[in-house]
Amino acid sequence: MWDEYLFPASLDEALEMLEAHGGEARIIAGGTDLVLQSQRGQCSAKVMVDITRIPGLDYIEERDGLIYIGAQVTHGQVAASPLIRSRAGVLAQGCGSVGGPQIRNVGTLVGNVVNALPAADGAIALFALDAEVEVAERAGRHWTPIATLYAGVGLCTVDPCAAMITQLRFRALGKGEAGAFERLAKRRALVLPILNAAAIVGLKGNKVERARIAIGPVAQTPFVAAEAAEALVGRTPDEDRISRVAQLAAQAAQPRDSLLRGSAEYRKVMAGVLVRRALWRAVEAASLQEGEDANS
Amino acid sequence: MPTLKMILNGQEVFVDVEAGDLLADVLRDKLGLIGTKISCGEGECGACAVLVDGRAVDSCLYPALKAQGREVTTIEGLGQDNRLDPIQQAFIDKTAPQCGYCIPGMVISAKALLDENPHPTRQEIEEGISGNLCRCTGYYQIIEAIELAAERLAEKGGPK
Ligand SMILES: Cc1cc2nc3c(=O)[nH]c(=O)nc-3n(C[C@@H](O)[C@@H](O)[C@H](O)COP(=O)(O)OP(=O)(O)OC[C@H]3O[C@@H](n4cnc5c(N)ncnc54)[C@H](O)[C@@H]3O)c2cc1C
Ligand code: FES
Ligand code: FES
Repeated sequence: MWDEYLFPASLDEALEMLEAHGGEARIIAGGTDLVLQSQRGQCSAKVMVDITRIPGLDYIEERDGLIYIGAQVTHGQVAASPLIRSRAGVLAQGCGSVGGPQIRNVGTLVGNVVNALPAADGAIALFALDAEVEVAERAGRHWTPIATLYAGVGLCTVDPCAAMITQLRFRALGKGEAGAFERLAKRRALVLPILNAAAIVGLKGNKVERARIAIGPVAQTPFVAAEAAEALVGRTPDEDRISRVAQLAAQAAQPRDSLLRGSAEYRKVMAGVLVRRALWRAVEAASLQEGEDANS
Repeated sequence: MPTLKMILNGQEVFVDVEAGDLLADVLRDKLGLIGTKISCGEGECGACAVLVDGRAVDSCLYPALKAQGREVTTIEGLGQDNRLDPIQQAFIDKTAPQCGYCIPGMVISAKALLDENPHPTRQEIEEGISGNLCRCTGYYQIIEAIELAAERLAEKGGPK
């Protein structure tokens, strides 16, 4: 399957290895996508550059209100992290629903993004959190919004044969803010979802100050229902308003007919249901949280 | 050919592998440890689960060289014919296996679960084995076996 399997000891060495092989070498993290893709002939790289032993890429930490997640962090680590559970619960829920325990022990959140499926559970939560990604190339490092990585189904604008993503970051949810993740799948484990949705709501008093909704897979890339979310801002998030916003989100979603996932019609309706549930849970959690802060 | 060095079931082993070899194939074909099963070969059934540094992974998806320098435990490392691991004994006592093909992976997942969480709820047990498929049993006896193992281990003062 491969000719060489390399363990760089630093980021620079990893980038040198990629360059030295001129497109024939590729970054591998957990391998939960790449091993199957290589077996199926969907990945032509013959040299694997395994980044899981580079020191200092396994952190989940908060600095100045931002949460940083290193490239080696697995779905299991995200789902179990007290910091993520308390300050970005939507991501803990998304990562916690990936595959099964053995997949979550190995598969990384960054790998989930680079694989660029519009259904990816970790990525959908990151879209709701409006995450940014740090890209390292020989020329240097830069931050870019997560959406700029997506060029189509399975197509990432960062080429793992030439560059590496080192970390992710997003703003930690604060006072009066909370998120929720919802998922519809044939089974509760080991299947990509028929649909998933992540919502974030920020409350001030009884009004919504901030809202973000991400839905997958209803387009070529993870879909952010920006107009629907906008229709929640400045309003009281009662049942009527949430239902209306969820309907707007479903109208904007463009699911396709799929033999595996069901008809477009069905999935459009269900997208509205998932968004409604996610918004409702996010609003409940956000108001609880605001109440707690006010009491303390 | 690169040499893979690992602590396998408590013993240091050296084995020559190809860069693209997967751990399941190395264990079965090069080291003769056929307790680790391969069923789907794509991470969907858990029949190939082994522990790497104490955490369960699907060895059919796991590049063998990732195990370089690590501690790997297969079903053979949990118990032998005459001294079974308490989890294995509980599987027997609850008649958990039918054809048995999924059972090594189930026991490995149960071991990973109980080492981390010695007193799991039923739901935690279900989640703990959610990466393992069984096409015979319907799971009830397997779940009961893990509950029984947890009880027995608690009496003995926790998993070893
Ligand atoms: C049985 C099974 C069930 C699954 N279920 C789900 C599910 O329910 N939901 C879901 O979302 N996903 C699911 N997945 C996919 C999920 O495991 C992967 O998307 C995982 O997150 C990828 O991470 P990895 O570390 O294994 O990546 P790898 O397979 O190592 O790499 C994936 C891609 O990312 C590139 N890459 C990895 N890290 C970097 C980096 N730091 N910089 C640049 N490029 C990089 C690789 O070159 C490759 O192209 C499932 C997979 C399996 C096998
Ligand atoms: S054989 Fe490895 S998960 Fe099925
Ligand atoms: S006992 Fe036959 S597959 Fe589980």
